Amino acid sequence: MDRLVRGLRGFGAFWWDVVVGGDWQVAIGVVVALAVTALLVDLKAPAWWFLPIAVLMLLGLSLARGAHDVGRS
Amino acid sequence: MRDVLLVAAADVSLGWRSALMGVTAGVAVRTTGKGRRAAVGDWYAFTLSFKGVVLEGLEVAFIVVTFGSNQGSIPLAVVGAAVVGAAAVLVVPAAWIAVRGPLAQVLENTLKFVVGVLLGTFWGAEGTGARWPGNDAALLVVIAVVSMTAVACLRTVHRRLVPEATVTVASKVA
Repeated sequence: MDRLVRGLRGFGAFWWDVVVGGDWQVAIGVVVALAVTALLVDLKAPAWWFLPIAVLMLLGLSLARGAHDVGRS
Repeated sequence: MRDVLLVAAADVSLGWRSALMGVTAGVAVRTTGKGRRAAVGDWYAFTLSFKGVVLEGLEVAFIVVTFGSNQGSIPLAVVGAAVVGAAAVLVVPAAWIAVRGPLAQVLENTLKFVVGVLLGTFWGAEGTGARWPGNDAALLVVIAVVSMTAVACLRTVHRRLVPEATVTVASKVA
């Protein structure tokens, strides 16, 4: 039973790592950014600029948080 | 990209240039170890390869469904993918045998960084239906802008984590 639970937990952790990665806030941010880009496309507005800016901002914020955490540890 | 930059910036013994070139892939190996588990001789290599194959397999599945949907015949696309997949079982190991030397020189950190730049922005936006000015040529601008920003981030984080090392590296670069 323990082995099964460990296996399931490992399986879940693997998929969490693949889909979400090291920062769940970035994962949510990317989903929101993609949704906003799709919305802009739907509204026939220029949409190409939004995702790069969102990605760079998310990267900067996540790096700042990550550096803070690493610096404390 | 976040993890790549953090790993690169945190490695005290390296400057930011060599770190970005991916030498820090060794950090992951040191962290996870290369021990044997069950019948697998190198667990780290196995895990890395397994994740890569699963991820690429998922991408192929999405591509098949997208192409099949666009052409109005998902079953036909699935049959085509199955045939190609069966061929891949033969072709991929043959390619590995033929070019395993050069492939071993590809640095993990560099690879992750490039994929992050390409998937995270360019094709991500295209997937939503956005059209880039200049079409595919915009990819070059995206790579340049994201790379420069990443280098700036890396230098900043590296300076914050390892102030004394950065002074040394900066003086060497200058």
